[in-house]
Amino acid sequence: MSDTAPAGSGRCVLVTGGSRGIGAACVSWFVANGDRVAYLARSPAKAADGALALACDVTDPDGVEAAFADIEARLGPVEVLVANAGITRDTLLARMDEEAWRAVIDTNLTGTYRVARRAVARMLRLHRGRLIFVSSVGAFVGLPGQANYAASKAGLVGMARALARELASRSITVNVVAPGLVATDMIEALDASRLEQMKELVPLGRTATAEEVAAAVGFLASEGAGYITGAVLPVDGGMGMGL
Amino acid sequence: MTSARRISGQGADETVDSDAAFEKFRQCAVEVLQVPEEKVTKEARFADDLDADSLDLVELVMALEESFDITVEETELENIETVGQAFDLIASKL
Repeated sequence: MSDTAPAGSGRCVLVTGGSRGIGAACVSWFVANGDRVAYLARSPAKAADGALALACDVTDPDGVEAAFADIEARLGPVEVLVANAGITRDTLLARMDEEAWRAVIDTNLTGTYRVARRAVARMLRLHRGRLIFVSSVGAFVGLPGQANYAASKAGLVGMARALARELASRSITVNVVAPGLVATDMIEALDASRLEQMKELVPLGRTATAEEVAAAVGFLASEGAGYITGAVLPVDGGMGMGL
Repeated sequence: MTSARRISGQGADETVDSDAAFEKFRQCAVEVLQVPEEKVTKEARFADDLDADSLDLVELVMALEESFDITVEETELENIETVGQAFDLIASKL
């Protein structure tokens, strides 16, 4: 650990969906913090600086198990889990087939269940741990065309609250970050007029950077957030206020 | 309720293997529950005598599964309150 590394660093951190967007920003944040970082991605980017990149789709239970075994062997048990892997398959409900529904729930909600379950098995023995689920302001606003996405992201909040109670006696905290409009590939996919329309709903009048979301995730993983559990931290420029 | 009490009556011929298995079981319990060895008797109740909460039991089951290389289903854990009951369940899978 270098002299400048903040207290409480040097932990084993796992970020899912770590190759792009918010996940990649989280990977960079924890690496800079002096932690031992691994990330999962369906197609990992070229070697990220100082992080262990593993090809793993969170919809594959065997792949998740293999990835955890690999991480535990190389970095030790996961102490901080950032469940960030997520997809969208936006379409109006009348046109949303089972596959579009299932795919989004399977990655965003069930994928989080899979990695949380596996991480918690070890955290119980450690008697410490941090679970941070990346939800979305979309869970509360409920934008048209996002029934599947909103349901999956709202589901994370319920799951986090149940787990917060379940795991509190072991000093394992479980929190949710709810980003609003973040400048990532997922947002770039929107057409320009829709994006402008959405920005008008944001009091701060701009999109967030992925780094601004990563900073909130980093805080919830920090020593200073030790008394925070079951919380939903919006990082949405004021878009969701009170929802 | 009285019929349930008969479970512990076992033939003497099984005792040697069973003793070794119980010793292994006891070591798991001592390690996971952080209790002194002498408290882990077959009559001991997890909640009252060993101060174990539900997460402790989950942890113990995972340790036993690993140590004995067995799988325990959730439904099998219902109504298990004593060390003896838990051990009988494990022993039935060996």
